[in-house]
Parts: sequence; C-alpha cells; structure tokens
Amino acid sequence: MVPTPKRQWQVARVAAIETLTPRIKGFHFTLPEPPAFTAGQHMDVRLVAPDGYEAQRSYSIASAPERPDRIELAIERLEDGEVSSFFHDVVQVGDEIELRGPLGGHFVWSVEDGGPILLIGGGSGVVPLMSMVRHHAARASSIPVTLVTSARTAVDLLYLDEQRRLQANGVFRLVARVTREAAATPDLGSGRIDRPLLQGVLDAMPDPRIVFVCGSNPFVGTVADLLLDLGVTAGRIRTERFGG
Amino acid sequence: MATRGFSGRGRTPSGQDRLPPGQYTTADFPVLSLGPTPRVSLDTWRFTLRVGPKPVKQWTWDEFNRLPMTGVTQDIHCVTKWSKYDTAWEGVSIDDLLADAGLDAPTPWVLAHSFDDYTTNVPFADLAGGRGMVALRYAGQPIDADHGGPARLLVPHLYFWKSAKWVNGLQFTQQDVAGFWELRGYHMYGDPWREQRYSGD
Ligand SMILES: Cc1cc2nc3c(=O)[nH]c(=O)nc-3n(C[C@H](O)[C@H](O)[C@H](O)COP(=O)(O)OP(=O)(O)OC[C@H]3O[C@@H](n4cnc5c(N)ncnc54)[C@H](O)[C@@H]3O)c2cc1C
Repeated sequence: MVPTPKRQWQVARVAAIETLTPRIKGFHFTLPEPPAFTAGQHMDVRLVAPDGYEAQRSYSIASAPERPDRIELAIERLEDGEVSSFFHDVVQVGDEIELRGPLGGHFVWSVEDGGPILLIGGGSGVVPLMSMVRHHAARASSIPVTLVTSARTAVDLLYLDEQRRLQANGVFRLVARVTREAAATPDLGSGRIDRPLLQGVLDAMPDPRIVFVCGSNPFVGTVADLLLDLGVTAGRIRTERFGG
Repeated sequence: MATRGFSGRGRTPSGQDRLPPGQYTTADFPVLSLGPTPRVSLDTWRFTLRVGPKPVKQWTWDEFNRLPMTGVTQDIHCVTKWSKYDTAWEGVSIDDLLADAGLDAPTPWVLAHSFDDYTTNVPFADLAGGRGMVALRYAGQPIDADHGGPARLLVPHLYFWKSAKWVNGLQFTQQDVAGFWELRGYHMYGDPWREQRYSGD
C-alpha cells in the first residue's frame, strides 16, 4: 500500500550535502517525523522569502524506505533555476528547509509488488529508481531488477559506483550509456538509449512486470514510445516526467 | 518560516493576483502523464456519454466535430506547481454536448474516462455553464498527442490533472467517485486558489 500523503509541512534539517556529479548534489535531511514512504515517491520543498513570497518544487526521494530517518534528495542544478540553484549555491549543512510528503502514488514499487522490474532513467531521472534499487538491496530481494541509465559523460552518471557494487549480487543488472563521450570503461557503452539497446535488455528480461521510466519529458517520451514499439503493453509502463 | 538566504526570483507584481499560492509561471507547456502517450486513431475514436453503466449517446470523430465549437482563453495550473497564462482552446462545451444528447444532468457527479484508462472526477457544476469543455484544438492547432490530443477535457479553474487527456467519455455517477490520482492521495476537488493539492488540504 502507498502511504497516504502527509499534508503538514515539516521543518527538516540539512544533515549532509554531497557532490554526486558535476551538476547534481545530494541533500540529506533529518525530519522531526520521519515519513513512511514507498520507493519512487517524492517530497515537496517550500522556500519562503522574508516578504512571504514562496517557491515550491517536487523532488524524488533517492534514499531507501528502510531509512526514513535520513531522507536524501538529489537535485540537479538548472541554469537560472530558482529552487535548484538556491540549493546548490546557498543551502548549507545545518539549514532548516520545509518539506512535506511522501507524495505520489503511481510511480512506486516495493518488493511486495513482485517483478521482474525494468528501470530506465535519464540524468536526474535515476533518483526515484535509485530508491527502488536501494530498497531491493536492503531487503536482499531475489527479484530480478535491471537499471538502464544514460547521461552525457561517465562522471554525470548518478550513483554509478554504488550501482556497480550492487551488481555483484547477481540479481541487479546495470546497463549504463554515455551520450557525449566514447565509453571509458568496458561496462559503459556509448550512445543513446535506442531500440537495439532496449531490444537487448528485453531479450534478457522478456516479461517485465512493470517498466519505470523517469527523466526529462523528451527522454520519457522517446523511451516510452520505443517500449510500445517493442511490444511492451502500455499498462505495464509507468512514467515520471521532471519537466523540460 | 522564512528560509535562510532565500529572496526568490524577480516577482511580476502585476501578475500576482493571477497566480494561485505555491505556483510559478512558465512560458513552456510541460508534459505530465502517468504512462506512455496512447496511440489513438481518429477512425476508431469514439466519445461516449454514460449515465451510470448505461451508454446514452456516442459520437464518432466526424460527428463530434460537427457539434458547436466554443473558444476560451484561460490560465491553467498544474499541481506540480507550474501555471501557464492565456492558453487558447477550442472545443465542445459540456452544455452543448448534453444538449446534443438531449440529456439533463441526472446526478451532480461526473467521472471522466480516457483512452489510457485514466479517470478523474469533476462535479457537474464545474463543467456546466461554460466552465468545462472537451477541447479539440490548442493555440489554433489540433492538440498534440503529448498534450492530450485528439481530445482532452478542459476544466481550467481546477488543477490540470482534472483536465483529462485523451478523454473518451463522461459518466454521471450516483456519488462522487474518486478517479486515478484521487485514489492515490490527490484532492477530490482540486481548487488551485485554495491549494487543494492532496487529500486533507
Ligand atoms: C514528481 C517530480 C519529481 C522530481 N524529482 C526531481 C529530482 O529528483 N531531482 C531534480 O533535480 N529535479 C526533480 N524534479 C524537477 C524539480 O521539481 C524542478 O522542476 C527543477 O529542480 C527545476 O526547478 P528550478 O526552480 O530550479 O527551476 P525553474 O526556476 O522552475 O526553471 C525551470 C527551467 O526554466 C529555466 N528558466 C528559469 N528562469 C527562466 C527565465 N526567467 N527565463 C527563461 N527560462 C528560465 C531554467 O533554466 C530551467 O531550465 C522533479 C519534478 C517532479 C514533477
């Protein structure tokens, strides 16, 4: 079951900030009331100026539901982005930020839902998928999970090291692609997520129970169309679009 | 609570009374949907009006396009926080649709249905009196599939998830039945001015 949304805003404390990629930072929060959430859900963030002006945005939870005491959001800096550049330029450890959630009840997965599952993320679209992968690992689940990710260059691939480590269990499979450089290591391919790549992934996992696709709108649109062309039924494809 | 160091981007004072709480304006038209964009062919497109389970009238694409067309220009507000001003739509008002079917609203509740099995509930009062339409054109052009074409519901005074994309029917129900997002924690009514995003708001 998907936890019902928490309406109340909570004042969360920034416990740690990590540089994850040149454009993405991870923000770890502690909350007075740790939210019970399902992997894939998001939190809303509210920033308030002294004159009462507010900006709100949604950010997916990157951490596993097994660790509600420390919620991690991974925020990509958009040039001139009001909220994302505030997080990158101004927010420091110890700051208090208003959050509410968990929110969203469709783009969610837990081991109880079964599998196999196929996760496809572009850029920061990996964030909610990482929560699913971490949840899967925390539960030592034997459900087959394949994650297909793509970013411009190897250093832009979010959580790459952790994903490589998790592959060792033999249940989780990583397929990573870089679009703007030649592949630097044997386990990274270069090129976009295209039809032959997805065909290969589906050959290895012929009947995914759910396919989760997350990223910018063009990325999600392209991948969802390819999946339909390859015969995945629409009812099995769930999408989350971050904008753009 | 004021956030340390946050002053906010330049505000547009003249526009502030147009912007519901927690929203920001965008010039783009972002796309949000729960799955792939369905492939809807105009040859097999049908729009069905139901009372409870019973179909009372069905239109083909050609028949639907012969109904009276109304144009509106309205601001729209998405629950994911963006608002877009002055969006221009043309379509068939729900008043005209019911008139063509010869139907008086039999109940106060409507559930909209879409080709991708999406549903959303809207009180009839929010569709009647020119407040809601089935839109066929956006900015003078057929609506892109990504934005809900060939036809989408348009109820611009509620959060935009109520304006069901790829709509293929309206159903009068005996009670207020929660739709897709309403079952997943979103508000039953969704008034942006009262910031009714989630159940309990
Ligand atoms: C459910 C959900 C989950 C999400 N999860 C994540 C996540 O995990 N990580 C993540 O990084 N993002 C996520 N997003 C996106 C996030 O909510 C924000 O949309 C994003 O951070 C941009 O917000 P911003 O305030 O920085 O940019 P905005 O100020 O909203 O700007 C958006 C874009 O417009 C451009 N722009 C800004 N100002 C102007 C101007 N004056 N003129 C022209 N262009 C301008 C910016 O360059 C930017 O590209 C998610 C979105 C949704 C809906």
